[in-house]
Amino acid sequence: MTAVEDPAAPDTPVQMAPAKEVGQARRRKEDARLITGETQWTDNIVLPGMLHMAMLRSPVAHARITHLDVSAAKDRPNVVAVYTGADFAEEQGSLPCAWPVTPDMVNPGHPSIAVDQVNHVGEAVAVVVARTRTAAADALEAIDVDYEPLPVVLDMEQAVQAGSPLVHDSISSNTSYHFVFDAGEAGTGADTDQAFADAEVTVSRRFVQQRLIPAFMEPRSVVVQPTRDNYTMWSATQIPHVLRVMAAMVTGIPEHKLRVIAPDVGGGFGGKLQVNPEEILALLVARRLGRPVKWTETRGESLMAAHHGRDQVQFIDVAADREGNVKGLRCRILADMGAYLRLITPGVPVLGAFMFPGIYKFPAYRFECDGVFTNKVPTDAYRGAGRPEATFAIERIMDELAAELGMDPLELRRKNWIGAEEFPFTTVAGLEYDSGDYAQATEQALELIGYDELRAEQQRRRESNDPVQLGIGFSTFTEMCGLAPSRVLGSLAYGAGGWESASIRMLPTGKVEVVTGSTPHGQGHETAWSQLVADQLGVPFEDVEVLHGDTAISSRGMDTYGSRSLVVGGTAVVKAAEKVVQKARAIAAHLLEASEDDLEFTGGKFSVKGTPGTGIGIQEVALAVFAAHDYPEGIEPTIDAEATYDPVNFSFPHGTHICAMEVDTETGFVKIRKYASVDDVGTIVNPLIVEGQMHGGLAQGIAQALYEEAIYDADGNLTTGSFVDYLLPSAADLPHFDTGNTVHPAPGNPIGAKGVGEAGCIASTPAVVNAALDAVRHLGVTDIRMPLTPERVWRAMHQGGDGGDRAAATSNAQGVTSSEAATASVTEGDQQ
Amino acid sequence: MTQINVRVDGESYTDDVEPRTLLVHYLREQLGKVGTVVGCDTSNCGACTVHLDGQAVKSCTVLAVQADGSQVTTIEGIAGEGIGGTLHPVQRAFHEMHGLQCGFCTPGMIMASIDLLKENPDPSETEVREGIEGNLCRCTGYQNIVRAVQQAAAEMRGAAPGDPDTSPAAVDTAAAEHVVAQS
Repeated sequence: MTAVEDPAAPDTPVQMAPAKEVGQARRRKEDARLITGETQWTDNIVLPGMLHMAMLRSPVAHARITHLDVSAAKDRPNVVAVYTGADFAEEQGSLPCAWPVTPDMVNPGHPSIAVDQVNHVGEAVAVVVARTRTAAADALEAIDVDYEPLPVVLDMEQAVQAGSPLVHDSISSNTSYHFVFDAGEAGTGADTDQAFADAEVTVSRRFVQQRLIPAFMEPRSVVVQPTRDNYTMWSATQIPHVLRVMAAMVTGIPEHKLRVIAPDVGGGFGGKLQVNPEEILALLVARRLGRPVKWTETRGESLMAAHHGRDQVQFIDVAADREGNVKGLRCRILADMGAYLRLITPGVPVLGAFMFPGIYKFPAYRFECDGVFTNKVPTDAYRGAGRPEATFAIERIMDELAAELGMDPLELRRKNWIGAEEFPFTTVAGLEYDSGDYAQATEQALELIGYDELRAEQQRRRESNDPVQLGIGFSTFTEMCGLAPSRVLGSLAYGAGGWESASIRMLPTGKVEVVTGSTPHGQGHETAWSQLVADQLGVPFEDVEVLHGDTAISSRGMDTYGSRSLVVGGTAVVKAAEKVVQKARAIAAHLLEASEDDLEFTGGKFSVKGTPGTGIGIQEVALAVFAAHDYPEGIEPTIDAEATYDPVNFSFPHGTHICAMEVDTETGFVKIRKYASVDDVGTIVNPLIVEGQMHGGLAQGIAQALYEEAIYDADGNLTTGSFVDYLLPSAADLPHFDTGNTVHPAPGNPIGAKGVGEAGCIASTPAVVNAALDAVRHLGVTDIRMPLTPERVWRAMHQGGDGGDRAAATSNAQGVTSSEAATASVTEGDQQ
Repeated sequence: MTQINVRVDGESYTDDVEPRTLLVHYLREQLGKVGTVVGCDTSNCGACTVHLDGQAVKSCTVLAVQADGSQVTTIEGIAGEGIGGTLHPVQRAFHEMHGLQCGFCTPGMIMASIDLLKENPDPSETEVREGIEGNLCRCTGYQNIVRAVQQAAAEMRGAAPGDPDTSPAAVDTAAAEHVVAQS
């Protein structure tokens, strides 16, 4: 997992041009169509003769399909066809899982449409195809299905016990895989068990990462147009390139006969990083009928059947000495896969596996994770994917350790974090952290929030026994971004690389088309990439057009996730620009009758050194090379260029987040009083976009702490199946954020960018929970289950435990098998 | 089928609709007004917000037949006509303040904000937050939306009549007149 050294790489280092556009708060180019309603969403697409699909979805979590009769539905007006799993059994294959995280990982396969058994509520069992959207929906009620119920598996801790009912009869247990990283065995740290045996203090906790729903605002939508043996698919996806490859492999449609387009996409947050059953079904139906088809989900379908995120039970043990020097960290994770393995379902916990030590210098570390099948919709990527889970665990356990030691939580962090002078720093998990200054970010954040004043107020409220108590919580976090060095992904058995591609086309009039393989869905690539290219080529910002999201236009790409776009995709753009300049230099030298070596390139112009003001602009070179009347022998008449960038290391944004929280001890109501964050995301290309990404991430991270939870009842029904019950925060539910930055450029890429898309979401959740606990710890509360609803907070204060459900509290006491060396604080959270 | 007469963004339409047709589906599927979008099934998200006779409504909660005889203004009808048509101050402020990312909630958010400013031309931060709580955004964390609404409010309060930098569509009722005047 360390940075890959490759001295043989032919890449020449890329020089960044002096920053003129980079660093400017350019207003976004994307906005023009988005604020006027001229956006092209997938659901806006209407094609001649287009048919509409509607899915009949299983209302039961686990059952055999004993009877399925669609004949009445076929007779409904305007219905063209009705298909069941039996119709596609031979050709639907299995939805792909691209990440076999262990050699013996068990993957039961994932049909796009159930054939004879359903394994979660919401699984498709029939597809109606009709001339109108309403006719398709109406006909669903005419389908007759009988289900023979099977035992429902919902609780992970029970699912891994011997004798548990099985989600899949075809495999021998509900465990898909057991992934272990042991620093002692890997040679990156000391023996963990020994560290715990020798420890003066150990603290153990069981944390629950509740199930979340990405809940992008634009529902998923797909349109497929078949033209004989060619297919064009429009989809509201984050990953048109990955989708094309995978859909070709699943359906057998040759890759070169399939074009995938992601038009404007309304948010993703990992939720559209998927090869969806419905996308495959749209292809299969279009192929069967030879007519264009569209499917757009309802919000209810989206919440029920699009993949969920998080859902881990974490058993965390930390060892330290009495002075507060950390000695070891041990993490045992149960990760809910849901009923099937989707694209990177099993890999999500693995993305977190190396981040549990956070920013602290643990000498010993062991991580193990069981991927567990349950009768719920599969989990997969959701903003942060694995790293929020890790960050939550470490930032929560540090507070618990501080409480056990009687130390200030910030003092404990200072004592153990990596010093600014220690970068690059190889961690106990084998990662090489690139740059940063945790102390500087923390000092700035303390100032931003007005820390001393808040502590004084907390003291006053404590002393006066105010019913509203104040707490202050920290999260001093880092994350790994810029996914990812391809060789590292290979070493982790991931099924693809982590490079990104870009090409630049110089048009005859000097305008510039930038083609990026990174596919935006709200991040502002069109603006930021224009800023990069404007600086590198010395052309006006307005002269640059960024093209993306169409496999016929951008043939190569790895798409957008993992805070990778600027770090990897932006670097590819810079490299392509460098090649354009190199090619143009040869033409310019010829036209200026000078030696290439005598030319300098500044502000978009080639001129002979020492004679500024003369020369030829790169946009003029573009016209000259288009005419091609006069260019040097032996070179091609073009200055267009393409580049692919494969990063050599991850990047490691970091930051300090501080939350001040009021807790009403009489009602359990919590309210964020103030929130301040100082993040180091490396070089900032556009401060407006960076700030926006921080805000959005904070909102989602805070929402995990306070509001959101996907809840299944005892029968496996999703009871949070609409926005009435799944609480997405509104403007009135969120505080004002005070955000700031420190800037330590990433040394691993020429831009110096570290990635910002996930930072706020990863960092904020533990800061909020730590703040609530800081407000009520003096009342004996040591944990509160997320989301911190008033009921849970009240129960934790008045009835003990974490305020969560009683069944979970029982399994808490039984579940801490890896913590036998722990102190009595193991069960503190369960005292009644 | 039921016949309805509706004026949408200044143009008159006569159409037959199924009685169960929602206004949002009528706008999108029969008129091609796809600037207005559907984000949920339960009237929680507000992405489909339009103005019905000058008042913000969630068009997924209004039947098309209920709009019979009414004026509907969508996101497509608040700027001046044509490419480069003058933006509404709220549109401009969302752009200036980076009040949008993916942009899916934006049409509804802008329409709700215009309605809010009509009721309260000088809202505090809290009043903006409470005023738009019927509209969900998953990208921005709302802070820049709040900024945008307050910026637009300031501009709209200070705008002199005929100011070339300010859309004559200062508030929604004016927007409707503005559009009508051009048709």
